[in-house]
Amino acid sequence: MSQFGNSYVELDRLVKAYPNPRGEATRVVDGFSTKIAEGEFVSVIGHSGCGKSTVLTMLAGLNDVTSGNIILAGKEVSGAGPDRAVVFQSPCLLPWMSAFDNVMLGVKRCYPKATRLERKQLVEYFLSIVGLGDAMHKYPKELSGGMQQRVGIARAIALRPKMLLLDEPFGKLDSLTRMDLQETVLNLLNEHRITTMMITHDVDEAIFMSDRVVMMTNGPRAKVGQVLDIPFERPRNRVDVLGDEMYYDFRGCLIDFLEGQDRRKHGEPDASMPEPKPVTKPETVQDLMLVQSPAEVSAV
Amino acid sequence: MKKFKHILLKTLDVAALSVFEPIVRLCYGEDPRAQLRKIGKFILIPIVAFILFLGVWHVTASGIETKFGKMPTPGVTWEQTKVMVGQVFENRRSEKAFYVEQKTKAQEHETKAAQYAAAAELPKNASQKEAFLAESNAQAELAVNARSATFAGTPTIIYRVVHSLKTVFLGFMLATLIALPIGILCGLNPVFMAAASPIIQIFKPVSPVAWVPIAMILVGALYSGSSMQPAMLSSAIVVAMCSLWPTLTNTALGVASIDKDHLNVAKVLRLGWWTRLFKIVIPSSLPLIFAGLRISLGVGWMVLIAAELLVQNPGLGQFVWDRFQDNSAAAFGQIFVAIFIIGIIGFFLDRTMIILQRSVSFDAPAGA
Ligand SMILES: Nc1ncnc2c1ncn2[C@@H]1O[C@H](COP(=O)(O)OP(=O)(O)OP(=O)(O)O)[C@@H](O)[C@H]1O
Ligand SMILES: [Mg+2]
Repeated sequence: MSQFGNSYVELDRLVKAYPNPRGEATRVVDGFSTKIAEGEFVSVIGHSGCGKSTVLTMLAGLNDVTSGNIILAGKEVSGAGPDRAVVFQSPCLLPWMSAFDNVMLGVKRCYPKATRLERKQLVEYFLSIVGLGDAMHKYPKELSGGMQQRVGIARAIALRPKMLLLDEPFGKLDSLTRMDLQETVLNLLNEHRITTMMITHDVDEAIFMSDRVVMMTNGPRAKVGQVLDIPFERPRNRVDVLGDEMYYDFRGCLIDFLEGQDRRKHGEPDASMPEPKPVTKPETVQDLMLVQSPAEVSAV
Repeated sequence: MKKFKHILLKTLDVAALSVFEPIVRLCYGEDPRAQLRKIGKFILIPIVAFILFLGVWHVTASGIETKFGKMPTPGVTWEQTKVMVGQVFENRRSEKAFYVEQKTKAQEHETKAAQYAAAAELPKNASQKEAFLAESNAQAELAVNARSATFAGTPTIIYRVVHSLKTVFLGFMLATLIALPIGILCGLNPVFMAAASPIIQIFKPVSPVAWVPIAMILVGALYSGSSMQPAMLSSAIVVAMCSLWPTLTNTALGVASIDKDHLNVAKVLRLGWWTRLFKIVIPSSLPLIFAGLRISLGVGWMVLIAAELLVQNPGLGQFVWDRFQDNSAAAFGQIFVAIFIIGIIGFFLDRTMIILQRSVSFDAPAGA
């Protein structure tokens, strides 16, 4: 562990309020707190519209924080910057530049002292490690969705960020491409250990890729409901992970949580209750789960 | 062979001439019935419609008597076209003859100059020697004058077309130089936009004709150069005043409506102002900017004719006025020819801009 211990990244009681149609501020996210260790891969899972992207864009500095603090490597974060690279669901490549130039834009910014040749080699390196060695000079419109997303990932990694922020990066891809890319990203991260926060809807993806899954309660006033540690060894291999008996316990746990949130949403008896419904925990994972109570959160 | 067909089709597509696509496909024997049907619908019918138009024109024109004689029919217009083409060749012949004549004259003067110079070398008394030298110099000067003389015939239609094109491009460039930076600033900064908006709203609807006297007076007062006729500059200014608005508003719109994702890229990279401008803002608004430029050039060409007519800039506009003053049936016919020339040039300018516009649009597949 580094000098920052378990809190390389610290999100402390983040609040985001948007004005509703009547002009009153409604808290979409209310008191989201978590800590991430250096090099850790954390997934955030939750129902659609609960505020996952809001949390991520606040961390990225692309969205103003209503209240709360974000600390990265001991420093308060303000505004966007290349130390926090973002990959969104849609690749957001600049369509008037080739894949090479898209990555070059970031490389130029982050290696101002490198020579022209060094930069070229860097771009080629990052594109080849996402498997685009042969399509470097193609324009986004000539690339498939999966390839575009690869360019986006290469562009993000090329910034040598302190933190990688992924917002449903595989959300728009078919399942084969998606599995391919999950492995690409894992291999990348094995090589360049970057602290990562990924948002996903996909329970299997969350388990396969992360060290920890943060489950968010339904909005409005969403926050961290539960946290699940995934202790599988790295480098991971899909077959081994799927074959592990704990896998299904983890999966059951996540699904139980999400279903519990669903019931809350559909106005069942405990609809007014702010606390998430306690989920039935399988024996084996019991000690891995941390149910965060409000007291704990405010004690942080 | 296949490849050539592909290139041909692509070219037609890029040039916005895809109407002619079925002809190419037919030549390659690709589903002839479908191609023939398309040719019938989209090529033959427009041709028939144009012939009908000529018919209606002929009938209407034949019934109208004016003080210049009969209103020109398509036939008369065609006759006058041939006359004008004839004048172009005639002019070219006399121009050639003029230069040949000047050359022989110059050579004569040069030989004389040499003779006098040689005579001056012979030992004579000093005053005679001086006289010979002076004569030699005079002859040399005459030779130079003869060589540098330029042909000054009446301007032909070709000269006028070229002159009009030069004027419109000058005006269009002026408009672009003014409109692009202001448009970009307006799009980037809402406060700047709010400040510029009333000015834009007031001047945008002003008729070109109203700018003419102002342009003439200002050019008269401020322009003392000789590289350009003042009339040309005045016309160009009028063109610029009227054609800068579409570019300005489109640029502002393009810059203001940049994809948020692309701006986020700039934010994450913390790009500097200029890098952001040239790598993100301008490229992403190029399609709209070019759409604006295309409208501007169209407006400019329309305005130019009126401006030239009033300012007496020796282009097509002045030609129309000139022919009007001529008071003859032939001249009346030539006005009709001018109308067609103006229309066809306008069409080609527009096509050129379409091609440029397509070549910068990054979402549609670019040519090749
Ligand atoms: N600019 C905004 N103004 C007002 N409300 C907003 C704005 N952006 C987001 N919201 C609201 O905030 C809530 C959370 O949005 P967010 O995009 O973070 O959800 P999400 O969890 O990422 O959803 P998804 O899984 O569908 O991407 C939503 O209810 C949304 O309507
Ligand atoms: Mg989202």
